[in-house]
Amino acid sequence: MRSYIIRRLLALIPVLIGISLCIFLILQLIPGDVISGLLGIEENPELRAQLEKKFGLDQPLFKQYWDWISKVLRGDFGRSFRTDKEIFPEIMSRFKITAQLTFMAAFISCLIGIPLGILSALKRNTWIDGIIRVIALLGVSVPGFASATLLILFLSLAFQYYSPVGYVGFFENPSINMQIMILPSIILGTSMSGSVMRMTRSSVLEILRQDFIKTIRAKGAPEKVIIFKHALKNGLIPIITLVGMQIGSLLGGAVVTEQIFSIPGLGLMTLTAINQRDYPVIQGCVLFIAFIYVMINLLVDILYTYVDPRITYK
Amino acid sequence: MENLLEVKNISIDLKTKDNYMKLADDISFNIGKKQSFGIVGESGCGKSITALSIIQLLSYPLKVSSGQILFDSKKGMVDLLSLKNNEIRKIRGKEISMIFQEPMTALDPIFTIEQQIAETLKFHTNLSKKDMRSMALEMLKKVGIPRAEQILNEYPHQLSGGMLQRIMIAIALICKPKLLIADEPTTALDVTIQAQILDLMNELKEYYDTSIIMITHDLGVIAETCERVAVFYSGQVVEEADVAALFHNTAHPYTSGLLKAVTSIGDKSKELYTIPGMVPAGGHMPKGCRFEERCTKTMPICKEKAPELAEIEKGHKCRCWLYGERGDNK
Amino acid sequence: MKTIIGIIKELIKDPMGKIGFIGVLVIIILSVLAPIIAPYDVTEMFTQDKLTGPSSQYFFGTDNFGRDVFSRVIFGAKVSLRVGIISVGIAASFGLIFGVVAGYFEGKVDNIIMRFMDILFAFPSILLALFIVSVLGPSITNTMIAIGIVNTPVFTRTVRASVISVKSMEYIVSATSIGLKPKNIIIRHIIPNILAPFTVQATLALSGAILTEASMSFLGLGIQPPDPSWGSMLNESRKYMEMAPWLVIFPAAFIIFTILSFNILGDSLRDVLDPKLKL
Repeated sequence: MRSYIIRRLLALIPVLIGISLCIFLILQLIPGDVISGLLGIEENPELRAQLEKKFGLDQPLFKQYWDWISKVLRGDFGRSFRTDKEIFPEIMSRFKITAQLTFMAAFISCLIGIPLGILSALKRNTWIDGIIRVIALLGVSVPGFASATLLILFLSLAFQYYSPVGYVGFFENPSINMQIMILPSIILGTSMSGSVMRMTRSSVLEILRQDFIKTIRAKGAPEKVIIFKHALKNGLIPIITLVGMQIGSLLGGAVVTEQIFSIPGLGLMTLTAINQRDYPVIQGCVLFIAFIYVMINLLVDILYTYVDPRITYK
Repeated sequence: MENLLEVKNISIDLKTKDNYMKLADDISFNIGKKQSFGIVGESGCGKSITALSIIQLLSYPLKVSSGQILFDSKKGMVDLLSLKNNEIRKIRGKEISMIFQEPMTALDPIFTIEQQIAETLKFHTNLSKKDMRSMALEMLKKVGIPRAEQILNEYPHQLSGGMLQRIMIAIALICKPKLLIADEPTTALDVTIQAQILDLMNELKEYYDTSIIMITHDLGVIAETCERVAVFYSGQVVEEADVAALFHNTAHPYTSGLLKAVTSIGDKSKELYTIPGMVPAGGHMPKGCRFEERCTKTMPICKEKAPELAEIEKGHKCRCWLYGERGDNK
Repeated sequence: MKTIIGIIKELIKDPMGKIGFIGVLVIIILSVLAPIIAPYDVTEMFTQDKLTGPSSQYFFGTDNFGRDVFSRVIFGAKVSLRVGIISVGIAASFGLIFGVVAGYFEGKVDNIIMRFMDILFAFPSILLALFIVSVLGPSITNTMIAIGIVNTPVFTRTVRASVISVKSMEYIVSATSIGLKPKNIIIRHIIPNILAPFTVQATLALSGAILTEASMSFLGLGIQPPDPSWGSMLNESRKYMEMAPWLVIFPAAFIIFTILSFNILGDSLRDVLDPKLKL
């Protein structure tokens, strides 16, 4: 088992290298010139040379990449163009916030999605199934920013609700923190719950069609055992993979949600950096988020091998 | 009750919103105590769904539309079709068991063999985990599994078809049911394994005094294992007799055709015999005899009127105009 | 059933299929006829009528610049559809080429292509799109390119999977054995058989592309103002939400309607083209 994990980690390395290369190369496509952006209209050759040296832009491309990567591996993501603050510590502190948001959203989406998906499968082709499938469809079709905006509109018109201004960490003040985080988590979670519902439904239905369900029934099993012990356990295996993939979408969705609700997470940091053309920050954030996504998928795969005895470690 | 199981006038329908077909039409037969009863017929003749209906294993869109299935259960005679879900499940696996055709997919892939054998005991007994394990072990040995201790901890995907079918038999017999329904248990297995499994079933039948319904398309299997047999064609019973009588005193032309097809295999000089024509499609049953189109002995009445299943000799029934209205030979 | 008309007929039999088909048709008609239907120019500002509610003069009301919301929403349909179709077109074309090459030839080529796709897949899609646009500069063209790139891996995977499963089918094996050249096999036998999952994927990708464009425009990194886009309209509406709720409701309604229609159509198409998958 351990060797399997090690092998998977090793296989990850080319992917991570690929990601970093990809990010680095895409950034080279910037039309015009980073330095011009900083210099403004005044073109000063001395200043330009100075800045170029400072940011290492006078070096050949490969060396620039190598310098960047070796620093990254040591935890040095460089400094922001705008604020000149170190990037990595900021990423880490903001990541906690985004992680909380993502986690809460994932929890909500499973809380809603999985039971409704099961219900939908068991009551297949009845009106209950019909309603649940429509809900799932809406979940998948209504973008997070649209539902968020509509929700805020409704709340402010109907209840004069305003979400608390100014972010407060969970450990500082759990109650206010929850007030701040609950709405964005619900929005993010409910949009994800649509696909969780659908996946659960099709997974459970697929299992119920299998031969071994007939055998279990012929053994004299009560329906509850058939569904909860056998169908569900088998059905949850592919759902684990789905939730892993959801995390990726959630990380993306967090960008929009954090913007709407002014949550100072990693998503908002990336967005602000994009708007300000703060390339070192963009580079660092995108790299970090992609890295997290890849790691989560790896974790999901490993979890999979624990849960499904058919997967061998070869 | 004299018989163990009495299937009385069972009809099974296939009903969806665009489609309606009668797949089994007025099926009746009786299974005696400690008796091996064969049901033989080609694919689609209704034998499997009839068997599934006995313990209410049919699911949408199949449904029993009429008839009764009387069973001599521990609580006296019951109509199995009238039982509610929580009642029939007490009979499944305990008084009537069933094994299926595909052993490779018949077991839950994420549970061990021990867990799956013990599960039957969990449903029907109050034994301790330790007792269940020892019973499972004993049962595995009885069905001829080597290294039984090890096998208990393995998963289905690690075992071969033959092993899995033995385990299925172990699961089916562990509560010592009075009736075992075996739906094509050897069809998916290699010929050599087939023989082993059939031998095993014969042995265990004797040991446990279990009646067996053996469903198959293979007359050879019938000859090996059954005392009595019913021949199905196109959703109806066309002949029912003791095995010896069926082979030596064949009544129905379809049965003759089946036998001819089997026996011609050994004969190297001629072409393989096949019964010409095809089974009538589900929704389009002719008004006369269903076998008429392919029959070599057809008469004018066969096209006009459908024959009834009648007793032509003691213990020998046949559905054919060759035996007249009341089964007397013309 | 192989003809397009036949497929459409089959689709309409199911109530959901009918809804999806009509919904998509409505959006297409709106976007094509936008110049005719829209009563006003999208950038024309009626400063005397700023922030007025829906009326017979301005069906969906006016925004903070005095522009007619109805006209802007209609043209928003045109923009969304255009971005969606072109970006999916890009993704589908590249996906088809990469997928067929990877699936048909397998081996090293397959490895390289799929490795590359894995790398693209390692980014959450909107993040990658935003990143690309941040580098190239926000504009309608770059939005299309970004969304196109982001959707290429999923098409590649779908096509590759179809090709691999079709390749092992007997008639392909026999075509190869009688000496047909790979190019001919691909064109004549493989492509017709992968059209079904490909079409379903394209329809669903279209709804995803429209969603992504709207999200990007909402964040200010997609279609740039004053060009109308439902996403940017929704973003601008936030400041005036309470006094002018129509600014929120109409763009939101159209976004939801469009994405919903394409999703329903995609689902129904899948049921029609591959009924085995229907549960």
